[in-house]
Amino acid sequence: MNMTTLRHHTLPVLTIVIAILAIWYIAAYALNAPFQRDLDRRGNVTSTPMEFLAKTMAQPKPILPAPHQVAQNLFENTVLRKVTSNRSLVYHAGVTLSSTALGFIMGTALGIAIAIGIVHVRTLDRSLMPWIIASQTVPVLAIAPMVIVVLGAVNITGLLPKALISTYLSFFPVAVGMVKGLRSPDRIHLDLMRTYHASALQTLFKLRLPAAIPFLFASMKVAVAASLVGAIVAELPTGAVAGIGSKLLAGAYYSQTIDIWAALIAGSILAALLVAIVGLAAKLVDRAMGARTSTRTSGRPA
Amino acid sequence: MRRLKRNWHSLSAALLALAATAHMPLTLADAANPASNGMLIAGGIVTTTLMLQAFENSGPALRGILLFLGAHFCAFALLSGLTGNEGKMSAAFFLAIAAAWLLAWGSASEFAHIEPRARAAKTVLRLLIPAIFGAWILILWEALTRGFGVPFILLPPPSAIGVRIASSLAILWADVQQTIFKAALAGYLLGCASGFVTAILADRVDFLRRGLMPIGNLMSALPIIGVAPVMVMWFGFDWQSKAAVVTIMTFFPMLVNTVAGLATTGTMERDLMRTYASDYSQTLMKLRLPAAMPFIFNALKINSTLALIGAIVAEFFGTPIVGMGFRMSTEIGRMNVDMVWAEIATAAVAGSLFYGLIALAERTVTFWHPSSRAG
Repeated sequence: MNMTTLRHHTLPVLTIVIAILAIWYIAAYALNAPFQRDLDRRGNVTSTPMEFLAKTMAQPKPILPAPHQVAQNLFENTVLRKVTSNRSLVYHAGVTLSSTALGFIMGTALGIAIAIGIVHVRTLDRSLMPWIIASQTVPVLAIAPMVIVVLGAVNITGLLPKALISTYLSFFPVAVGMVKGLRSPDRIHLDLMRTYHASALQTLFKLRLPAAIPFLFASMKVAVAASLVGAIVAELPTGAVAGIGSKLLAGAYYSQTIDIWAALIAGSILAALLVAIVGLAAKLVDRAMGARTSTRTSGRPA
Repeated sequence: MRRLKRNWHSLSAALLALAATAHMPLTLADAANPASNGMLIAGGIVTTTLMLQAFENSGPALRGILLFLGAHFCAFALLSGLTGNEGKMSAAFFLAIAAAWLLAWGSASEFAHIEPRARAAKTVLRLLIPAIFGAWILILWEALTRGFGVPFILLPPPSAIGVRIASSLAILWADVQQTIFKAALAGYLLGCASGFVTAILADRVDFLRRGLMPIGNLMSALPIIGVAPVMVMWFGFDWQSKAAVVTIMTFFPMLVNTVAGLATTGTMERDLMRTYASDYSQTLMKLRLPAAMPFIFNALKINSTLALIGAIVAEFFGTPIVGMGFRMSTEIGRMNVDMVWAEIATAAVAGSLFYGLIALAERTVTFWHPSSRAG
């Protein structure tokens, strides 16, 4: 690591992270102190300020668990438990991950198909776009539990219903990004294809799709995060027995705040990993397509 | 060949109509209310196609209107034949509805090829073509759910949802007030405002920007909705906890977009401001904030849907006995699926209105931007 990255990147990020942790500790003390004071008074315990501070950070069901409590819970439930145990967060993350992946793949395929249709069929171009935007104003996350229950009633259970929620959320950014990407080739390039007497299909595969790749990956990053959110919320209905979402719900029912926070952090790590994987794939594909990464910036849709 | 390409919708519709005549009548033998207008409908479709051939050399407007009338006449006749015959429709019915749909597609396709000069005509077309599409989603939904006799619990037909909306306006209004006007709106305003202020701060203090941006980017990818149970625990069951969830959800998109927007002004423009001897706040107000507006509106749009989702989902974790999320989760338990769909429709309409208002404001504020000028 050279000095400039350290000064311009690592140091500021580290400072902010430490600041967040500090605020978290202070908030944990402030929020947990009243209950602890109450406990002490009832138990007729007098403790020194230091002991009192330690006790606010060690409650079994705190209002806000301290970072180290969450970290400890996270460590116990990932590393120390067997992966197959249903208390292991790795197991729950795996369940969530599988429906996320299925939904993400279906959503990306659907988004690409819609974008190709919009670019090639004039009627679709004029009629579909407003409805695609309107489709996202339907709070599908809010109705996800109902969709799961209804689909369960017709014996569609397991992975697919959850994946469908993820599909619904993830097709949108891909469709919007790909329409932009498929239309990104310049006039002269399209004219060149016409002078070659290329068919619409040939133009699509040899010009439009390669040109759309940077847009595709930029929107896939958004889509994969949306898929994960969809999968987690889809796990909320009581029927779901496994997954990050069901961990959240169980934690909420039994006021196991430490469990909730550990599940949240696990979900966040999962999200960061997924986005990183898509980013890595983007880099690899870019290189395989012969792009000089230093001169070419990815076409990030505004 | 060109002729075939232009007429394939109506020609295949006519073929489907002919196939339908082989399976007449529209209803099965044991239907309660046998339909007798099947031949009339098939005839209507074939006539439309034949007339279209006669108007081969007319403009797309006339052909489009002809197709439009033919399609919707058939659709109306088919749907009115459904009453009392739920789940008792024959193959002829489904062939005929497919044929009518093809005619409607054809009309949208003809309308899409009109290139009007007048502004008003352009606006009408821009609304009409998507409207045909939307109307046919509802028509097909109605025809398929009732034609196949899909159980009400699974997917109620749109007409039943419409009746339910009309009959429970008071409840829906109370839910909208609780969830949208109190929770979502308060959280939205708070989240957007604090995200904006933080972005300005981060822009002023470079160290803060370098530290906050990677974290902000990460946070906007995280499933923040998961904090809902925590917020309900902290702020209680009423709307304040929902507003808190919405605030957190809307904060990061606003932060990230505003910072990105503030970075868009080029060195040329900034140098110009410097030659005017303008200070930081003048440059900010007169140059950089206006330039950042497209990004800020982008965040406002993203946040408008997030706010609604956050407020509704947070209600699943505990709520007073009013609110859209509460209504959904209790009515699904009582198997009143039409009420749930009524809430969904209300939420979608409210979300679209909200989005539309922001888009309208965007067009007024960023009238100078290429994407607004083109339209």
